[in-house]
Amino acid sequence: MRKFVKLLSVLVLLTMVMSACGRGGTSDKFRVAVVTPSARNDLAFSQSIYDAMVKVQAAKGGPDKFEFVISENMFVVDDAGAAIRDYASQGYDLVIAHGSQYGGVMQEIAPDFPKISFAWGTTVDTFAEKGIKNVFAYEARSEQGGYVNGVIAAQLTKSNVVGVVGPIETGDAKLYVDGFIAGVNASNPGARVTVNWIGSFSDVALASEAAQTHIGAGADVMAGTAQMVVGAIGVAKDNNVLWIGTQASQTALAPDIVVANQIYDWSGIILEIIDLMEKGTLGGQAFEITLANKGLYLEYNAAFNLPADVRQLADKTVQDIISGAIVVAP
Amino acid sequence: MIGELFTAQVLLGILTSGIRLATPYLYAGIGETFGQRSGVLNLGVEGQMLVGAFAAFYTVRQTGNLWLGLLVAILAGALMGLAMAFVSITLRAKQGISGIGFFLFGLGLSDLLFQTMLGTVETVSGFRPVAIPLLSAIPVFGPVFFNQNLLVYGAYLLVPVAAFVMNRTTFGLKVRAVGETPEAADSLGVSVTRVRYITVTMGGVFSGLAGASLSIALLNVFQQNLTSGLGFIAVALVYFGGWRPWGVLAGALLFSMVNALQLWVQVLGLPIPSEFAVMMPYVLTIVALVVAVQRVRPPTALTKSFVREG
Repeated sequence: MRKFVKLLSVLVLLTMVMSACGRGGTSDKFRVAVVTPSARNDLAFSQSIYDAMVKVQAAKGGPDKFEFVISENMFVVDDAGAAIRDYASQGYDLVIAHGSQYGGVMQEIAPDFPKISFAWGTTVDTFAEKGIKNVFAYEARSEQGGYVNGVIAAQLTKSNVVGVVGPIETGDAKLYVDGFIAGVNASNPGARVTVNWIGSFSDVALASEAAQTHIGAGADVMAGTAQMVVGAIGVAKDNNVLWIGTQASQTALAPDIVVANQIYDWSGIILEIIDLMEKGTLGGQAFEITLANKGLYLEYNAAFNLPADVRQLADKTVQDIISGAIVVAP
Repeated sequence: MIGELFTAQVLLGILTSGIRLATPYLYAGIGETFGQRSGVLNLGVEGQMLVGAFAAFYTVRQTGNLWLGLLVAILAGALMGLAMAFVSITLRAKQGISGIGFFLFGLGLSDLLFQTMLGTVETVSGFRPVAIPLLSAIPVFGPVFFNQNLLVYGAYLLVPVAAFVMNRTTFGLKVRAVGETPEAADSLGVSVTRVRYITVTMGGVFSGLAGASLSIALLNVFQQNLTSGLGFIAVALVYFGGWRPWGVLAGALLFSMVNALQLWVQVLGLPIPSEFAVMMPYVLTIVALVVAVQRVRPPTALTKSFVREG
């Protein structure tokens, strides 16, 4: 048994040494590593960065010129920190920490690798004030699309009750829900928005029950944000209640009832970051995706028969937000 | 404003939600009760649930056959249970840590299978609510209690059956004897190993069913880490319930009803911060647990491996 353990230890060490050698070599490819809190195919926040990376890779000349790797399901911040440090040690050009919970580890790790760029979001803090020069920050002005989604919901509800399922009342989710409520109130003052914060980004069963609660309270249109909403969409589908999505397209889950989705497209700002890096700037700037820069856009479900006047009003709201005629306070 | 909570609509809503939410806890908690009463603490329930949930979901997606999905979930759960039994009973590994190992294994395996075999979140058509004739026509309460899907009925039927088996059958007596004084049971010719193998495998089967109740009955969807800690709450409910099926039922219902209540508190816009509302079920469970633990003592041989002496 002892011999076996020794042999195993030697093998593990050998593998580690070999893998370190293998990846340590120089390459003319641009290499990006992404760390996400949930799965790349969560139909929400993590999927939005994965889809963006696929776009960026195509824009930069494909896998031969641009390589990206992704570490998913890093819901434990310490694990994410270890992954971020590993990628930086391996000489990736850009390491993206896709989650506002990663701020602490980012601030700790970035100064140790001054020649590597880091980006994290959603936030506006690049730690420049703390003397750190190699961190970019990004955020989504999700309240803008939230407002438009709210306008659509307000027009479609017949019961005048609109339900929202949220994860934890903070960050991007709070921005989105606040925008959504403002949109409903502006478009249909007679409608009431009921909100449930379930206290979790992953509890699908509770999200499903939260949706049941909204329906019990009379909601005929629902919305929600974060990856646990798949539970709520299932309930909406079973009860023939309309659903309006955000972060990524949720249409495939329930094509009959999904009206539209606010899509996050990070590819534009990632290309900007890479452009800056190629010119020698490694950090210190904050970016945001908005309706104006097309980082946020509305994707309508073609299979859903959205009344023309509602579609027109939604498009006009988008234009008004872009022109500044409507200001959605963050 | 608090008065809004006490309308028929809200109270019935809380009851209906609570009954549904308690379903996976009942399957997993009752399976775990048998394991713990025989002396084996299995902290791998969550992992077993995840594997069961994926197995059921994938089978239904491929074949459209709900019963086959259920069968595959049972088999997957049984295999996971058998593996836990082998490690903790035959190899006598520390139960706590090996259970955690099986949780991580189940989490990783279900995610790996999900990523390689599905690759994206999908839905299936699961068990639909079945109205029980006559009973579902009872005014007000009929639709709440008697218009649920079959796996919900199954969970509630399991409670009296499990209580009967535990307290009134020879098998139940053997389980309890093995969990209290395995040496004495052994000297009377009861095979401690066999009884524990049966209960731990059975626990796996019920955890598999708990997973299936989510993926092909209540949610009809599979996502990475679908159970999100439900399995650990089920283990806590076994302590809460004093290692008795009826106690597990009481705990599961209390936890689920309070969870449903906090959802309604928010929907009605009562002036309670959402963070506090979300805490309610956990705070109440901790308080109840403190009270409950002083009342009952755990099985004497819980977490202790059995080695025949001489």
